[in-house]
Amino acid sequence: MGMRVTALLMRYLYLYRRSVARAMAIVFWPVVDLLVWGFVTAYLQRIAVPEPILFLLGGVIFWDVFYSSAQAITLSVTEEIWGRNILNIFVAPVRVSELMLATCLLGGLRALASTTLLSILAWILYAFHVTAVGFVLAPFLASLLLFGWAMGIFTMALILRYGQAAEALIWGMPFLIQPLSAVFYPLSVLPAWLQPIARGIPSTYVFEGMRSALRQGTVDPRLLFGAFALDLAYLAAAAVFFAWMLEKVRERGYLGRLGLE
Amino acid sequence: MTAEPVIEVRDLTKRFGRVTAVDGLSFGVERGQIFGLLGPNGAGKTTTIQLLLGLTTPTSGRIRVLGLDVARHRRAILQRSNFSSAYVSLPSNLTVAENLTVFARLYGMRRPRHRIGELLGLFEIPGVERSLTGALSSGQMTRLNLCKAFLNDPEVLFLDEPTASLDPDIADKVRTVLRRIQRERGVTILYTSHNMREVEILCDRVLFLSKGRAVREGTPGDVVAQSQAGSLEELFIAIARDGDLRSVEESS
Repeated sequence: MGMRVTALLMRYLYLYRRSVARAMAIVFWPVVDLLVWGFVTAYLQRIAVPEPILFLLGGVIFWDVFYSSAQAITLSVTEEIWGRNILNIFVAPVRVSELMLATCLLGGLRALASTTLLSILAWILYAFHVTAVGFVLAPFLASLLLFGWAMGIFTMALILRYGQAAEALIWGMPFLIQPLSAVFYPLSVLPAWLQPIARGIPSTYVFEGMRSALRQGTVDPRLLFGAFALDLAYLAAAAVFFAWMLEKVRERGYLGRLGLE
Repeated sequence: MTAEPVIEVRDLTKRFGRVTAVDGLSFGVERGQIFGLLGPNGAGKTTTIQLLLGLTTPTSGRIRVLGLDVARHRRAILQRSNFSSAYVSLPSNLTVAENLTVFARLYGMRRPRHRIGELLGLFEIPGVERSLTGALSSGQMTRLNLCKAFLNDPEVLFLDEPTASLDPDIADKVRTVLRRIQRERGVTILYTSHNMREVEILCDRVLFLSKGRAVREGTPGDVVAQSQAGSLEELFIAIARDGDLRSVEESS
């Protein structure tokens, strides 16, 4: 199993090494996001908005963990479809779980790379220290990684089932979730009717927890527990959904059409 | 006592809604044979290959490859078999060596370098290891796909129109190599092609499909003789135009 997972991971890392577009996806867009929000933060500080707006930068850095981990999974598989290589993978003796694991690990590596870069830039440009409160925020980052995996697996299942029609979800799905996750504002800002829905999403607990930790220096265990409990539920649901979709795809012959005809 | 066929298909049916793509198909392929699965577009060849590879689940019927049930032992079968198609590519932005190394490892080979060099030499594309796959000509690409298909020294090989994009010279070289490997290693090959001349040269046995059903099976010479057509190509055209066996015979 280890050799096959490593082989798949190698395949995706080779791609990142060669493809400027893929490498840019790790660096360019997150950095642009950070710069935009950094300047907004600087401006708001200049017009004497209270200090906690620095959390906007925390929001940008944390959000990228979720976005990178989800996108690494979906883009890896979509890349195989675009390159007509998907059948080579599916006719190799690779378990679906091994493919999942490899893409999830890739998501982890990608999130690690971009979080490190953004944290350093935020420190240099805006004097924002994501580790100012120690490493208490690390579990929240782990939670976002898990949620990103769940969302990536869910989106990948839809892409296998619906093909090109679902590809827009690779970029669209995270942005459907972002407004509900209270990334840049407290949950209380959302309309009352939306708040129960937002509480059903693990990332909401993460961003509430991040703001609370940056303010008080400690992690609220209830928020952390809520985030991880929901992460596990979403991961399990995504895995079941993927297995169900894959069965449907095999029944309807869609898998074979991804490049054979 | 006859040996168990390497590929055994019994009463295989696949329906997609109201469309029956494969209709009660039965055939067997003996060890070391090159078996041509033939028929016009839409006859059910691709669906049959997908069913044999476990990419699509059958509506009913049984498929055994290497004595194992595809539904239950798919991974074990895939470990001992391989696949190449003119319609499937290796990632263009990886080098040849990277692509073949990745697939060698997927098939469990720890140090594939020697094997990769050997296969590139066999298919007459030595020295391309460091080239980007996307920079290869279509002839080189097809041969690279075949190198990938032989990486794990498969006992069964599924080849879907492997010479479709090749010029006659390269296609001939590829056929020669395939024949040689098949003779030397006893590989069983299930082969699809629309090039009937190629099928006559290469295949030990052929099966013609029409509308998902088997309409002719035998050696290329036998099926031509049975149908009273002048050649395999004429038989192919008759089946493509007239559909089922009865009308083919009537037209002959």
